[in-house]
Amino acid sequence: MIAFDNVAYNYGGGELLSEVSLRLAPGSFHFLTGPSGAGKSTFLKLAYAELLPTAGRVTIFDREVRSLTRDDVARTRRRIGVVHQDVQFLDHLPLAANVSLPLMVSGRTGDSRDLTDLLQWVGLGQLADALPPQLSGGERQRAALARAVIMGPDVILADEPTGNLDWEMSLRLLTLLVELNKMGKTILVATHDLNLIRTAKNQVAARVLRIRNRRIQLAGADL
Amino acid sequence: MIARLRLLVTPDRQADRVVPPSGHTAWLTVFTAATMTFLAVFALALSMASGRLADAWADALARTATVRISAPPDQMEAQTFAVLEVLKTTPGIAAARALDDDEQKALLAPWFGPDLPLDALPLPRLIEVTEAAEGYDSEGLRQRLAAEAPGAVLDDHTRWRRPLATAAARLNLLGGLSMVLIGASMAAMITLAANAALAANAQVIRVLRIVGAQDDYIAAAFVRRFTLRALTGSAVGAVAGLIGVALLPPVDEAGGFLTGLGFQGAGWLLPLLLPPVAAAVALIATRTAAFRKLRELP
Repeated sequence: MIAFDNVAYNYGGGELLSEVSLRLAPGSFHFLTGPSGAGKSTFLKLAYAELLPTAGRVTIFDREVRSLTRDDVARTRRRIGVVHQDVQFLDHLPLAANVSLPLMVSGRTGDSRDLTDLLQWVGLGQLADALPPQLSGGERQRAALARAVIMGPDVILADEPTGNLDWEMSLRLLTLLVELNKMGKTILVATHDLNLIRTAKNQVAARVLRIRNRRIQLAGADL
Repeated sequence: MIARLRLLVTPDRQADRVVPPSGHTAWLTVFTAATMTFLAVFALALSMASGRLADAWADALARTATVRISAPPDQMEAQTFAVLEVLKTTPGIAAARALDDDEQKALLAPWFGPDLPLDALPLPRLIEVTEAAEGYDSEGLRQRLAAEAPGAVLDDHTRWRRPLATAAARLNLLGGLSMVLIGASMAAMITLAANAALAANAQVIRVLRIVGAQDDYIAAAFVRRFTLRALTGSAVGAVAGLIGVALLPPVDEAGGFLTGLGFQGAGWLLPLLLPPVAAAVALIATRTAAFRKLRELP
């Protein structure tokens, strides 16, 4: 699905990631952890081609990212659902339109019942007509997850998706991600919430990666 | 390419909704297009009227010539007769006649007043020559006049026609240049408005990129909007400009240089071409600005 081969990334003020090699196998569930500023968000941005590596190769769906045109990047992103901590919506459109935005931009017409089911699945069935500024933090994160999965992506990348949520809401979001993984989706969640990771490991066979000293390593039992 | 064009011209209500309705850039574009088109209508009218006027002057002068005879008083009659004979037998001359004293006095009156003592002045005799459609050989005529009437000089108005032709060309050039400058100014202002709209909608663009929108799709949402605004504004400006030109004083009242300012016949339809041109300018300006902005984004 997504492979990093000896990847480095340099923001200009020194190397943030170095010698990163990793493969996200289809249907796998990974957590990526590490302190703030360690490079978790940068890793995810490399994984959906918002950034290009300064060294090494990132391959997404068997294509090296540097060989992708801008249109290729757009098409590739339709197969990758992204959920950010500071999720952004089109504030002038109602929730239902925001969630179905990926369908709209790709020229596909979705079944309204599917959209209703999806909103029900994330617990936002009653808020289809609400505008994004009217949503709470947890509702925005679940809406972001709904938008990320509406195209039926192969991979879901979540960057601190529970960062602004209380524990109950975090567990609810985690449950949704686990369900998606059980449907065969490849999941990568960047988080510094170790309690969330421990809880998840009781529900799913997740690998935990840790960024330390610019490199990614498999976390051990000390987690 | 066809798909891109279709994306650009096909109204897509859903796609148009992704960009929030904006305030000042919308009005700025409509106002700019209306104002520029209004000015363009006048530049077009001025250019066409100048061209017609210069053509009329040049045409009138081109079909006439003057033979001026400067001779001692006792030879004046003989040389005048000789010149008229030469002109009668010259192919390409339709008519020739010597101006009488009253006509010469009328010509000089603006400079010397109406009480000019013509007899006391050694004035040359003027012969008005009207050219036939096929024209005449001016060089051959000069040689014959030199042989038959040494005091006769042919003035075929070349030295008058040349600056008029130059002025006409310059006026047309200025008219064209004005149109180009108006178009360029409109493109610049619409580009600024488009850039402002793109900057104000940076978050919208970022969201669209994340969910997989291609640059064509994002650009088209802005381009369609700006093109429609320019078309609307320009149509208003064209109608206002046409009304303004139609309300100019009539030919007989204005007289002088203003004679014929405006459009004639099918020329009244020309300003109707300005709104599509304005829309095309807006399309190109917005599309260029949009793609430049989008290329800055990952």
